[in-house]
Amino acid sequence: MVEIIFYILSTITLGTAFLTLLSRNPIHSAIYLVICFFSLAGHYILLNAQFLAIVHIIVYSGAIMILMLFTIMLMNLNEQVEKHKPTLSIVAAVGAFCLLGLILLSALVRTQPMVETYYQTGDDFQSIKVLGQVLMNEYLVPFEFVSVLLLVAMIGAVLISKKEQLKTK
Amino acid sequence: MESVLQQIGIESYLYLSALLFCVGVFGLLLRKNAIVMFMSIEIMLNAVNLTLVAFSTLHQDAAGQVFVFFSMAVAAAEVAVGLAILVSIFRNVRSIDINELKNLKG
Amino acid sequence: MDTTLTLLLVLAPFVGFLSNIILGKKIAGNFSGYLATAMVLISFVITTIFFIQINNGGVAKVISLFKWISLSSFSIGMDFYLDQLSLLWLMFVTGIGFLIHMYSISYMHDDENKGKYFAYLNLFIFFMLVLVLGKNLLVMFIGWEGVGLCSYLLIGFWFKNQSFNNAAKKAFIMNRVGDLGFLVGIFILGYYFNTLDFVELSNIFKSGEGLAQVGILSIAALALFIAATGKSAQLPLYTWLPDAMAGPTPVSALIHAATMVTAGIFMITRLDFIYELTPQVSTLIAYVGGITALFAATIATVQNDIKKVLAYSTVSQLGLMFLALGLGAYQVAVFHVITHAFFKACLFLGSGSVIHAMGGEQDIRKMGGLKKYMKTTHFTFLLATLAISGFPPLSGFFSKDEILVAAFHQNKFLWILAALASILTAYYMFRLYFLTFHGKFRGTEHQQNHLHESPSLITFPLIVLAFLSAFGGIISLPGNSNWLHSYLVPVLNTPVEVHHLDLASYLLMAAAIVGALLGIGLAYSKYMTKKQVPVEDSQLSGFKLFVYNKYKVDELYETIIIKPISAFGTLGKNYIDPAISGTIFSLASLTNTIATQGRKLQNGNIAFYLFVFVFGICAILFYLFFTR
Repeated sequence: MVEIIFYILSTITLGTAFLTLLSRNPIHSAIYLVICFFSLAGHYILLNAQFLAIVHIIVYSGAIMILMLFTIMLMNLNEQVEKHKPTLSIVAAVGAFCLLGLILLSALVRTQPMVETYYQTGDDFQSIKVLGQVLMNEYLVPFEFVSVLLLVAMIGAVLISKKEQLKTK
Repeated sequence: MESVLQQIGIESYLYLSALLFCVGVFGLLLRKNAIVMFMSIEIMLNAVNLTLVAFSTLHQDAAGQVFVFFSMAVAAAEVAVGLAILVSIFRNVRSIDINELKNLKG
Repeated sequence: MDTTLTLLLVLAPFVGFLSNIILGKKIAGNFSGYLATAMVLISFVITTIFFIQINNGGVAKVISLFKWISLSSFSIGMDFYLDQLSLLWLMFVTGIGFLIHMYSISYMHDDENKGKYFAYLNLFIFFMLVLVLGKNLLVMFIGWEGVGLCSYLLIGFWFKNQSFNNAAKKAFIMNRVGDLGFLVGIFILGYYFNTLDFVELSNIFKSGEGLAQVGILSIAALALFIAATGKSAQLPLYTWLPDAMAGPTPVSALIHAATMVTAGIFMITRLDFIYELTPQVSTLIAYVGGITALFAATIATVQNDIKKVLAYSTVSQLGLMFLALGLGAYQVAVFHVITHAFFKACLFLGSGSVIHAMGGEQDIRKMGGLKKYMKTTHFTFLLATLAISGFPPLSGFFSKDEILVAAFHQNKFLWILAALASILTAYYMFRLYFLTFHGKFRGTEHQQNHLHESPSLITFPLIVLAFLSAFGGIISLPGNSNWLHSYLVPVLNTPVEVHHLDLASYLLMAAAIVGALLGIGLAYSKYMTKKQVPVEDSQLSGFKLFVYNKYKVDELYETIIIKPISAFGTLGKNYIDPAISGTIFSLASLTNTIATQGRKLQNGNIAFYLFVFVFGICAILFYLFFTR
């Protein structure tokens, strides 16, 4: 049962990922990517990381992808048709993809995980409560830094996309 | 209830993430629309997040998921700033085709 | 105390050189000249102090400054040797140098580079001092090279004229050819006898050890004689001296009459113990000297430039000195060096005065009748001319007579050569004198208005030198009480042959006087009574033209030596140089090609960069997971 769910979710993930790349229209790509993120959230739920799944949906599908969609619409890209790429670059891309895939997968096949049995201590290690405690106790400093990072990103984004004002004499 | 991993095995998750990562790379090399390249980068980041969560479950450690938080935060910040830059470039060059953004030519 | 004084003696001119070079043109006016003259005066005064000491029975002093080269069996120190010979030489070098510096102050007063001139002149005196005072051949060689250098700098002083530069180059290169001989001599002596020190070498040969290696010694002696030929302008390395007249006249007077050209004679006199042991080389020296004397005298009889006549006269007189050296009469040669320095310097300075008055004109066909305009110059010139012709009782008579006596007693053929040369000397010198100072003035109207006697800074040295050439013979009168001979006894290893004043001597003296009068008479009859003037260059023909063109020796050298070397140089330029530089450049162009191809990696194409990223990651992963 779980396996079937896993395989369905994996298919959706990979399929939509491919479709993201292969669509002509950038808006279609964005939509496919949203679906991909949803399926990934499903994977997280399957792995019993519920909080993370919800956060994933909120942040990625709900914020980042919306931002991208807005940018696409701002630049009116749905009307454009991409020029034909030279064959060599397509071949090179496919070749690189296959090469990287080959190496990664074969590396993973060769290295077996050291644990033979998947232990299950029964302790709660990933509920919100525990997650919050770990975050605030051991990873407090990175947490603060992340807040600074987000602040900087906010300021940066606003500053960079401001229109230059012509100096009026 | 048995752990998911006991039923599926960690290898499957790792293969999935690896494949997803390669798909992201593929997209990066294939497309020349900058926005779609951004999306490919997001795919890659998510592949990594999936790996992290899988290992977090394997080791019964919350650190993996905490790292995923940070990864998501960084991804969000990066998208914001990156899109702002893109918009700025678009205003100047009127195109986001990376083949036209070649001013760093040697 | 002695060391300090010697250092002061040697370094004073060097300090003068440095100050004039460093302060240079900023010192306006004649200050550079006075500074230079003062430095030479300091040297002269110190020399006099030492000279008086050693003349009153002092011993030779050795001043060791430091050990220069120090190997296990061979060592050379920077040593100075104040013995009778070197002090005597220094007396006239610094004395005449001082007078010429004084002369130059006035002569060069309107030259813009006179700071440089006085610097070089001081540098020359410094090197000459090092040459004379050196206790071993290597220190002497430093001075030898140095005076050659200063000669080059001073001949080419008016560098804007290319022919002057060529003359300077010629002088320097011919000197260098001679210097090669000097080096060969140094190498042989150093290798076989393990020392270059004069005193040590003298001891080795006096004790008889060196006799076993006479063959090698002859080669060394010959090599050193070739060096002397180069420096003292004998056959075959004499052609630079007439061309060296391109320099300012005081330079010609100092370097090419009184001091530098006598360096060869000084060196051979220093090494008299070697030449005593190699009679073949000595004979060669005598013959070369005699032939040069006659040869140069013949050329001088038809020259029309006042300085060229004096230059060939110098070559001729130096030939006579070498004749004396070759015959073993070293004191006679030294005596003639001293008297020649006096009257030749006086003649050159006088000619400088004449040239100055004529506004730069040097052709004697355009002069004449200067007697009434330049009384002092005329009188001193006459005295010096009489001295060089061997007119008694002036100094030249005594010195030349001694050479003739020595030649007569040893080799009659050489005596004939020397006598002929003396007669010709009298002839051409008086030819020069009559054409310059007597008769009608043959120059332009403009020049005639300009004629005037030179200022006192010029005439004072002339008077002093004329006085010395008149009365200088007193230092070595024939007979038993000869001051010079007895003074040089501790230095020269050969026993002094004291010629008593017998009938043969008196007859020879009479013969010499007759010869001189013959020469003077010939000149008088040709140029005074018949009032002949030498013809223009274009009207010469035949043998006379050949002699006028210096027997075409320069052209001969040009063909057999210079042209092959130039051809070799051109070969190198056209073939060897491009080949070598081509290989070097090909390396450069290879790098360039690699770089140009490498540049294409940076094409700004982001997709390409990313592709390379991925490739790199694959490579790293491969390395990490599959090869370990």
